[in-house]
Amino acid sequence: MSLAELICPAGTPAALRTAVDAGADAVYCGFQDATNARNFPGLNFTPDELAASVAYAHAKGAKVLLALNTYPPAGKVDLWRQAADTGARLGVDAFIVADMGVADYIARTHPAVRLHLSVQAAASSPEAIRYYCENFGVRRVVLPRILTIPEIRQIRAEIPCEIETFIFGNHGLMVEGRCSLTNYLTGQSTNMDGVCSPASDVDYARHADGSMSSQLAGFTIDCFGPDEKAGYPTICKGRYTAPHRPEGYYAFEEPVSLNLSRLLPELIDAGVHAFKIEGRQRSKSYVRGVVRAFRKAVDDIRAGREANMADLVALTEGQKQTQGAFETKKWR
Amino acid sequence: MAVTAMTKLTLGPIAYHWSAEARRDFYARIADEAPVDEVYLGEVICSKRAPFHEADLPATIERLEAAGKTVILSTLAEVMLKRERKATADIAAMDAPEIEINNAAGLYERGHRSHRIGPFMNAYNEATIAWMAGQGATHVCLPAELPAEAIAVATGAARALGLGVEMQVFGRAPLAVSARCYHARAHGRTKDNCQFVCEEDPDGMPLRTRDNRPVLRVNGIQTQSESYVDLLPETAQIVAAGVTHLRLMPQAVDMVGVAGLFRAVLDGTLAVPEADARLAALCEGTDLSNGFYHGAAGYRRIALAAPA
Repeated sequence: MSLAELICPAGTPAALRTAVDAGADAVYCGFQDATNARNFPGLNFTPDELAASVAYAHAKGAKVLLALNTYPPAGKVDLWRQAADTGARLGVDAFIVADMGVADYIARTHPAVRLHLSVQAAASSPEAIRYYCENFGVRRVVLPRILTIPEIRQIRAEIPCEIETFIFGNHGLMVEGRCSLTNYLTGQSTNMDGVCSPASDVDYARHADGSMSSQLAGFTIDCFGPDEKAGYPTICKGRYTAPHRPEGYYAFEEPVSLNLSRLLPELIDAGVHAFKIEGRQRSKSYVRGVVRAFRKAVDDIRAGREANMADLVALTEGQKQTQGAFETKKWR
Repeated sequence: MAVTAMTKLTLGPIAYHWSAEARRDFYARIADEAPVDEVYLGEVICSKRAPFHEADLPATIERLEAAGKTVILSTLAEVMLKRERKATADIAAMDAPEIEINNAAGLYERGHRSHRIGPFMNAYNEATIAWMAGQGATHVCLPAELPAEAIAVATGAARALGLGVEMQVFGRAPLAVSARCYHARAHGRTKDNCQFVCEEDPDGMPLRTRDNRPVLRVNGIQTQSESYVDLLPETAQIVAAGVTHLRLMPQAVDMVGVAGLFRAVLDGTLAVPEADARLAALCEGTDLSNGFYHGAAGYRRIALAAPA
């Protein structure tokens, strides 16, 4: 049986301590710049904060994984190299990377630090994963959220590294690391700047009939009736019209969040080594609740007990949930 | 003669599900009439489509090569299923024609034998390009969203390593891929049961905002820009930065005409304002954009300052 480590989000030093206290085996975090894919205002760590956080986590037996998982545009590679150097100096347990140039630099310069392949690298086949393992010594791959459990099991049999999968949180629809939708509308790039549907470009317009539209950079991403709750304008979760869908529809996906709690036993059996919880942008109380509930569930499953996931269902109450691609190919 | 006359024009792989007959007609005309130097063939988006046209591939290659074009085979951007892994391995095993790789699975299969790096490979910077060159890459197509200053740095580094450098200068920008087929979804189907409904949209399925503003195009698992990228006015800058190959993506417009306009600007036989006006006429009904190149929102059309 796999170790089933719980990998938890840490958007701030306080969230990091909360996640560690709630039972995280490892936390992942990033610096306050474009070197990570959650480059949002008010989030992330200064080098001093990371130093203190590494000490806190290590004292409690938890690991710290540093996300350097964006793609440096030419001419700015040094920012990523410096971030790696700083992370290594502060004693992080692994780097999460996507760009081959960044992976190559770390493999040569900091060979003692583990490399994890970010979901942003979009490695979805045994061959792609082996490419990163053999060339950069990658020890773990974070799989894209597009594979079914039988497919994960098959990949596990064909690769030399550990597997980490997302189990809870925001559910990205596009292949990560291959999406320029935000840059097309806002001029800020998910791959190069670490932003997705940035809050600075968000607007909500109230109309005379009481309806509301949510906008990104002036584009209407969705409309809501007077009694509906207006959602955040994420491009791949908006409603659009198409020639066959004049009424407007969720062209890509409904605004659902991923919840694989019921599939945990199967994922463990398929050989998944680590479970990732999304949400570096989330509050401390959210992190505390989710991490505690999953900690208990994983411990129950590993001890052969029936896991009670009622607490997790409550966390997403009022929101739609999905098991996404993991359960069935029909999702595609 | 302008140095730009040395610049090669390429035709990217057809992104859409055009019928076998439409493809035959298209490439016959390209072979006979289009002033492009190199042509990329192969299914890059959806592995389900390949059986419809791969039987014609040898004849198409022969036809284009007989017309003096260099042919390159491109691999799939997304590799997940058994048939996708096999299709990638089959192309990676070929010695001729040249191949362009769009997924790390292809890099793994290819090993150190020479290959081109496709636009889906995320070659954003000089460090990655240097790594790829060390593994046998001879040519790199830069990501569509890379801005001019990064293009200049990446190109300088790639050229110093002896690589050819390519970028898209015409056609819808590739914005995203997914495991899910959005064409099938729009018709209430799944990818496995799609009945190839994407064939109905030879230039992509338009998505509009609910206040009726055209914004994106769906092409199976791919999402593209509504606007056509048009970097004709920037051509001289791009060539001055060292880019060796300019890529035109096939759209449902007169591509021979499009190629002719770019060639004329490169050769200095047609002034940019005149050429760009004619291009806009060829693409009537579709907005043209150059935002990514200028570091702005991709859909924007930014006017170049008049030369001093």
